[in-house]
Amino acid sequence: MTKGRITGILSNLLQIEVNDTVRQNEICFVLKGEQRLMAEVIKITGNIAFAQLFEAGSGLQAGDEVEFSGDLLEVSLGPGLLSKNFDGLQNDLEAMPGNFINAGQRSAALNLEDEYAFTPLSEIGAKLKAGDIIGEVPENALSHKIMLPFKFEGENELIEIAAPGNYKLRDTIAKVKNEKGEVFELTMVQKWPVKWPIKTYQQKFRPSEIFQTGLRVIDTLNPIAEGGTAYIPGAFGTGKTVLQQAIAKNNRAEVVILVACGERANEVVEIFHSFPELEDLATGRKLKDKTTIVCNTSNMPVAAREASVYVGMTMAEYYRAMGYKVLLLADSTSRWAQALREMSNRMEELPGTDAFPVELPAVIANFYGRAGKVQMPDGRNGSVTFLGTVSPAGGNFKEPVTESTSKVARCFYALSQKRADAKRYPAIDPLLSYSRYLDYEEFQAFTEEQIEKGWTDKVLKAKNILAKGIEARDQISILGDDSVPLDYHRDFWKSELIDFAFIQQDSFDDTDMNSSIERQSFMLNRVLQICDREQEFDDFSEVSSFYKKLINLFKQMNYSDFDSDDFQKFNQELDSVFSTNLQNTEA
Amino acid sequence: MIASAFQPIYTQIKALTKATCTLEAGGVQYDELAWVDGRSAQVIRVEGKNVTLQIFSGTEGLGTNAQVVFSGKAPHLTLSPLLAGRYFNAFGKAIDGRDEVQGDERDVKGQTVNPVRRQLPSELLATGIAGIDLNNTLVTGQKIPFFADPDQPYNRILAEVALRADSDRIVLGGMGISHDDFLMFQQKFEASGAGDKIVSYINTSEDPPLERLLIPDLVCTTAEYFAVERQEKVLVLLTDMTLYADALAIVSNKMDQIPSKDAMPGSLYSDLARIYEKAVQFKEGGSITIVAVTTLNDGDITHAIPDNTGYITEGQLYLKKDPETGLTIIDPFRSLSRLKQNVIGTKTREDHPQVMNALVRLYADASEARSKKENGFDLNEYDLRVLKFAEAYTRELLDVQLNIGTDEMLDRGWRLMSRYFEVFELGIRQNLIDKYWPEKTA
Repeated sequence: MTKGRITGILSNLLQIEVNDTVRQNEICFVLKGEQRLMAEVIKITGNIAFAQLFEAGSGLQAGDEVEFSGDLLEVSLGPGLLSKNFDGLQNDLEAMPGNFINAGQRSAALNLEDEYAFTPLSEIGAKLKAGDIIGEVPENALSHKIMLPFKFEGENELIEIAAPGNYKLRDTIAKVKNEKGEVFELTMVQKWPVKWPIKTYQQKFRPSEIFQTGLRVIDTLNPIAEGGTAYIPGAFGTGKTVLQQAIAKNNRAEVVILVACGERANEVVEIFHSFPELEDLATGRKLKDKTTIVCNTSNMPVAAREASVYVGMTMAEYYRAMGYKVLLLADSTSRWAQALREMSNRMEELPGTDAFPVELPAVIANFYGRAGKVQMPDGRNGSVTFLGTVSPAGGNFKEPVTESTSKVARCFYALSQKRADAKRYPAIDPLLSYSRYLDYEEFQAFTEEQIEKGWTDKVLKAKNILAKGIEARDQISILGDDSVPLDYHRDFWKSELIDFAFIQQDSFDDTDMNSSIERQSFMLNRVLQICDREQEFDDFSEVSSFYKKLINLFKQMNYSDFDSDDFQKFNQELDSVFSTNLQNTEA
Repeated sequence: MIASAFQPIYTQIKALTKATCTLEAGGVQYDELAWVDGRSAQVIRVEGKNVTLQIFSGTEGLGTNAQVVFSGKAPHLTLSPLLAGRYFNAFGKAIDGRDEVQGDERDVKGQTVNPVRRQLPSELLATGIAGIDLNNTLVTGQKIPFFADPDQPYNRILAEVALRADSDRIVLGGMGISHDDFLMFQQKFEASGAGDKIVSYINTSEDPPLERLLIPDLVCTTAEYFAVERQEKVLVLLTDMTLYADALAIVSNKMDQIPSKDAMPGSLYSDLARIYEKAVQFKEGGSITIVAVTTLNDGDITHAIPDNTGYITEGQLYLKKDPETGLTIIDPFRSLSRLKQNVIGTKTREDHPQVMNALVRLYADASEARSKKENGFDLNEYDLRVLKFAEAYTRELLDVQLNIGTDEMLDRGWRLMSRYFEVFELGIRQNLIDKYWPEKTA
């Protein structure tokens, strides 16, 4: 084992003189009394290794001993990851005693004494490749596939496999022989370095199916595709975290990995408290059952922020390799970029824009590139859909993190301060936001088949009405209510109708907070139909009172269960508003 | 400080800058305190045998033969219940002319609270100020700054809030505050009779600016001691965080770090978060609530200091002078308490959320009417009414000088609404109207 001694300390950047070989990104431990403080090698010159300590450097001395592990930063992958709360280095937070985390304190991600009911799914003599399924165990609502560890190369012959029954995670459940004749014992747990994508899949698809979030402004107007990427930039107070949490609650994914990266601890506490209670709309079980939280809050070690997003991504890829639909949420990727900046600065590297490291765009692009929908050699499909938030300094989108992200993420959800101030939630600006998936032929074909014919045209039509409404509003506010043609008022109110009846959604209402695609399509058709219908008005105040009546009815519909009696009643009343409108103007 | 026997004294300084000196020394700990010709200093870099020290009061007049003595310890603090009622400087030394406190010595860096052990902050912290209790309700375990222009009486209001809030302990950290404000805090604390529940760490504008970097750690360590070991409800006051951040920028600059936005160090977010995240509600009952002051430059909240603060804290309270009445108020529009949802309408009266929203909405109508008036448009009857309402709302509720209970605030809100408006203009739920709408007095 390589050993070394500290020769330099600058905050959490250590210089270590080593006596043997070291690897770039190797994990090492500083021995300080009883403590073993973890660090990662980030640069090597001659016999000096530079390492970033995942703690504060306080109390360290030149001459302190360092041990090198030979491994990169790895995570444990196996049954029991779901429902757990990890820190950024995959320590199980629940397993740590006391109110405080001590420097260097560790706890195993998976408890090797835990038992699972194993069912073999492969037979002796089978030739296995990395990622091939050996067996399965139940994990909450999921069938957790035990795969040949991803580190294996070539074909491996299964020479022993456990009979069905309960086994501990530490027990051997199979033996394989590789092409060289070496025999390996397998447990249900494997390890994988977080910076390396898990690539046991055969092909990666162009995203074509909708990933349902239950939010109308996303699913209909700016849809994210399964295996797609999206980002939410926004100044503080515009509701990034609230929006991401709404998506975490309402999605139809089978596994959700939530990474709280450098944000407020109390926000994570709220998730800890609510997720065990809230129902998962996809399965009817508790949300906690399908959720894993990786939590490196803003006061936890800065260097572990980068690790936290990779730990989350690697666990997401692991469940994707089993064939599941995974949603990965990271709040906020800016904090990770800032952690990179702090370290680059201490290393005295030449800075890029705003003192961020020059490789930032590449790092972000590579990370977003790990999302996607894939097919395994045996035909099973899995996906990682990734949604990250960005916290631009001063709310100005012209900064390196927002710009680098905009080049790689396919959907953009612009949070608008104006909408937030006006309490129009979700505060996503429907026109500034975009989804590139709407232009994908595959995606369009999917909507034609699964939602309805001409769907994307209808979406564009709704957006046009919104755009026209904004122009009309500007004209009205410049020229005054009386000085513009009545058409302007009508255009403006049509856009208000779409805003109030369709875009705005009450996340505190049990019914309205989540809208199925079927329901969204019904509502969009109904709104568009009404915009198209003939309307007669004598003056502008009539326009607003007419539309206010419609908006009120639509709101009542949104609050009622789909196709319930109430829903139908309000739906019919919409028509009677029209008949009174026509009568009034005729009279 | 005099070196004890057997402690090596170094006298060969190799380099001096305005704030640092470098010398060869062995066995030195990172973050360790030292003295250079009696001036306090701290190790900020170790490189081979070379050790760089940051000298808090500056290096003016230091010679290359200055005597350097290392303490062998990172900054630490003596903790004891006897801290209460006392005033200390940035090194934790008494400045009130009384004896030093005896007790346990503790490292001031402190540890991180395990997030799974935190409780959801949901205990109301009333202050008697309607701009806070009614519109931006605070809870214990929350962290929130006042955003104020330098001409606002923020320190006086901070003292007022602290004394009115129901807490077991107050810990004040003064960073670069004027000597006058320090005396104001002292007088207010002593006059209130609550002086003996308050611990103060003070660095005034007369003290070396770098020393104020030590204040938040002392304050938070003290707060944690009372909250954890004595299960007390602790209220932490930090003023002025902008001057703290300015001191961070000086150090980072002297260390040749590349500045990010507004000449602030790239680590500003983490540096501020480390302090603010000390706010916590423990299961055992103790809590730390942080109320800070961030002074603004001409109301600019996109500057790196308020911007990073906004991303960290759970809301912000904007102090402003109401142009119509000349009273100081907490701006109902731009202020926010992110944790108020945890208490309003449940820990407070059921009509709280609706009354709060209705009043702010009407106040917004008034501000529109005002701009209409300024642009020379005619005001209609409703406009005139909301303008009258806004003035009464400011005088009878928003004025920070008032000190009233939350129920009384809600009652006043109802009376204001019924004085100027009809029920249908408010959009409040009918069952609340039935219960609370006051009879019109002719």
